[in-house]
Parts: sequence; C-alpha cells; structure tokens
Amino acid sequence: MGKIKIEAEVVSQTRLADGVFSMWIEAKGITDQAEPGQFISMYTKDSSKLLPRPISICETNRDKGFLRIVYRIAGGGTEEFSQYKTGSRISVMGPLGNGFPLEAGSPGKRALLIGGGIGIPPMLELSKHLTCTRQIVLGYRDELFLNEEFLPYGDTFLATESGTAGTKGNVMDVIREHGLQSDVIFACGPTPMLKSIQAYALEHHIECYLSLEEKMACGIGACLACVCKSSERDGHSMVHNKRVCKDGPVFKAEEVEF
Amino acid sequence: MNMKVNLAGVELDNPVMTASGTFGSGEEYSEFVDLNRLGAVVTKGVANIPWAGNPTPRIAETYGGMINAIGLQNPGMDVFIERDIPFLKQFDTKIIVNVCGKTAEDYIEVVERLSHEPVDMLEINISCPNVKEGGIAFGQDPKAVEAITREVKKYARQPVIMKLSPNVTDITVMAKAAEAGGADVLSMINTLTGMKIDVNRRTFALANKTGGLSGPAVKPVAVRMVYQAACAVKIPIIGMGGIMTAEDALEFILAGAAAVCVGTANFVNPCATMEVIQGIEDYMIKHQVDDIYKLIGAVR
Repeated sequence: MGKIKIEAEVVSQTRLADGVFSMWIEAKGITDQAEPGQFISMYTKDSSKLLPRPISICETNRDKGFLRIVYRIAGGGTEEFSQYKTGSRISVMGPLGNGFPLEAGSPGKRALLIGGGIGIPPMLELSKHLTCTRQIVLGYRDELFLNEEFLPYGDTFLATESGTAGTKGNVMDVIREHGLQSDVIFACGPTPMLKSIQAYALEHHIECYLSLEEKMACGIGACLACVCKSSERDGHSMVHNKRVCKDGPVFKAEEVEF
Repeated sequence: MNMKVNLAGVELDNPVMTASGTFGSGEEYSEFVDLNRLGAVVTKGVANIPWAGNPTPRIAETYGGMINAIGLQNPGMDVFIERDIPFLKQFDTKIIVNVCGKTAEDYIEVVERLSHEPVDMLEINISCPNVKEGGIAFGQDPKAVEAITREVKKYARQPVIMKLSPNVTDITVMAKAAEAGGADVLSMINTLTGMKIDVNRRTFALANKTGGLSGPAVKPVAVRMVYQAACAVKIPIIGMGGIMTAEDALEFILAGAAAVCVGTANFVNPCATMEVIQGIEDYMIKHQVDDIYKLIGAVR
C-alpha cells in the first residue's frame, strides 16, 4: 500500500516527564505497515505552522490499529500536540523512512540497543521485535521516562547526566562501566551521542545502525532539506548526500559522515 | 468549460503546475498525486554537473511560511535525462525543466543538451537566492537579465520561461528586460531573501545564514508583482508564491497569470495541486465561467 496521509483520532495522551508526552492514535493504515525505526509526519492545526513534525514511532498495536508516539515539546507545534485529548483529530502521514533491519539482530546474536533522550522511544518498538539477546542502554539528562517499559525485553542500563539514576554520565560511560559486549548495535539519539557510538562501533568492528534526525519539510524525499553527508554516493543526486527522510532515518554507521 | 491554457504554443490541460524545487521530478509525490492531472510538472533545477548544495540545516519554519537554502542540490543533466525524463514521459502532462547554472556557459550547456530531449519548455532560474554564483546574480540587473535571456534563446529549441526574482526594486524593469531579450514566458516569484535567528542557540537557523522565504506569508507580494508585470509586458506570466488553495490560485489568475505553480503547499498537503485544480473547476462552474481566459487578467 505504501505511505498514506490520514486523519487519525487520539486514543489517549499522558505526560511521562517534564515536557515529554505519550500519545496513542488510531491510525490503522499506517500501523499495519509500520516497522521499528520508521516515523510519521504530524501536521498542526495552527495554519501559521506549515511543516509537518517528523516523530518516530514508539510502539504499535496492530490488533487495534493503534500507534504510539512519545515526543518532547520542542516548540509551538509539539506544544499544540500536547494539548490534544482523547477524541481529538490529527492529520498524519506515514509510515515514512526505512526502519532498523531486524535481520541484523538474528537469534544467537547479542544486540545492544542504545537510546538517548527523545531518541529512546523508537528503541521500544525495536526491542519488542528483536528475538536475539538484548541489552538496552538508555541515556537521560535527568528525569527518566519509558525505562520501565523496556524491562520485559532485556537487561536495561541507565545513564543520567545529573547522576540521579544509573551511571552518572552518558551511554558510552554505561557501556564502559558494565563492559557491555555486543555483535550488533542499534542507536537513536542526539548527534554527539551517535558520533561516539559510531567511533566505538568502527573501532571494535561491531555492526552498527544509527537513526538520524534532521530538519525536514516534505518528509518523502522530494525537497532535499534533510540530507546527511554519506560515504557512498546517494542514489538521488550522486553527491554523497543521503536523504534522512527517505534513504534513512536508519543508516549503517560507516555510511554516515558526521 | 475550457481550462486549457496556451503558453507560447504549448497547450496545458489546466493552468496548475508544480513549483520548481518542491516536487522533485514528481516520483516522490506520485504516491499521492495523479501526475496526469497536472497542467505541467516543473522539475527541480538541473545543472550541467551534479551540485551538492548547502550544509544543513537547510530549512526553517517561519510564521505562515518557511525559509530554505537547499542550494540547488541536483544530480546534473546526465542522470536527469537518463532517469527523470523517462519517468515523467510515462504521464500525460507537460514537462518543464528548471535550468540552473553558475555561468552563462553552464546554462547554455544544459539548454543545448535538453534541446534534443522530449521536454516541453525550459524555465531558466536566474533568481535562486541561495547560491553564491549564478542564480540571483543574473536576476537583479536588467542588463544581465536581457543578456542571459538573449543568449539562452539562441540555443533553446523549446519555449523559454525566465523565472524572476522578487528581490528587486521594480519587477517591471526585470520583466521588460526579459521580454526584450526574447523570453517566451515569465514566471514569478522566486523566494524572497530572508533570515531567521534561533534565539536559544544564538545563531542562524540556517547554515547558509540567509534563505528564501516562501509560503502564504509571501502571497500578497507575489500577487502584486504578477499584476505589475502583467500590466507591463505582453508575454504570458506563470504566477506563484504561497498558493495553498484554489482561491489563492484564482487571485494570481485574476491578477494576470496565465498559469500558476503550487510550491510550499506540497509540503503541507501532498495533494494540494489536485485540490487547487478541482477548486478552480468548481469556481468556474459556480460562477458560470466557460473559459479560463475570461479570468486571466480580469481585474484591472
């Protein structure tokens, strides 16, 4: 069927932490196709805000056709989303982009799932879909969210910059402190975090997939706003600029040049 | 009821096209839009060689608009001709290729190469505000506008559309210069040079510092310029700038545009072009207008 744009209905919304919200929406046509690591475009009702907000898919419930997003208020658009109540309508397009390759976490492998800040939500759906041994590392500034929901899927380690929970520091400090070994890494989070994970994976020759974020306009690969520097020539313009929305957001670590 | 419009001998089924740079070559949007229904697809700018474009961030949202500084990233004419033209040829629509370059020779190289291709019209981009060389440098001086138009016309086999910049004191001077150089059609407006500052990071929102403002915020400026140019020249004008709805498109048509482009609206609603076409049709039925030409330039 491919990507579609629909009017979804808000099923429920809860606040998880300061400025962090969890919203379930009924979006059957998107939910049916969604894979871990893909995202949706969410459109505001405020017509002074033109561009959709790209938000990663945190969880799906295919039986019910429900899709969950967990997002942080970053400006007026996400502020508007946070006001929505059960029954509110929201225009969404998806599923967009390429998700994490599940086959890279085949049985017998040890997968390390790393999420930083608002890069944590997509790791939840991924952790549910992988069948191999999973170790999960979650990095926060201070206040925790979603961490308990990862517990059924693997050993979960925490890092906080403030030191209020888990290791004081970042996700790399957790990996060093606990000597976490892995055959494959999946990560999503802020660019500095992805950069250090990339360096670590390349140094230790660990297969690694990174999910990137960039300012987007169209969300479907046409406008060329959200490119990242890539080691190989991109298929669109042949200039080593892969599109985060269409060629990504998940890339092999060695593919991306930060 | 007639919605067909004629631009320099090229007949479009309806006056609605896509604005260059917002629609790629149509492939990405073909999942949402029936390309056969478009009057024409205006492609993203194509240069003689691949261009990498600007660093990111390349876009930022502004009130009722957005600024972009993509920097004309494109695969160059070889890939474009091999891949994008055959894609577009599958559809019953007109193909208008936007041509960009750093020097007059660059433009001519592309124009000459395309002269042997099944392309219906060429749109010469002398108004991109986001590249250091070429682009707007040709579009802000009437002598340069006339000279590049004349030069391109020598080599072009298809009708030539000159795309004008709004970043000038008097649009009619540029419109007349392009007409004097032999332009077959004018298109306007390209984006308005703008800037956004991120107060939290205390730096520019775009890596390029400045970018081109588009979206509904620019529409009154665009309508005014189309009106002024339409009063000043005899050649047809393609109007654009913040068209979100059929009503917006009709403003441009009544101001004197023989055709319109939908640009930024594609990002807000991938089906925007289809809704604009339908809306114009509905308007004509409702107001018993049997020919679109009765609307073009009807407000004077």
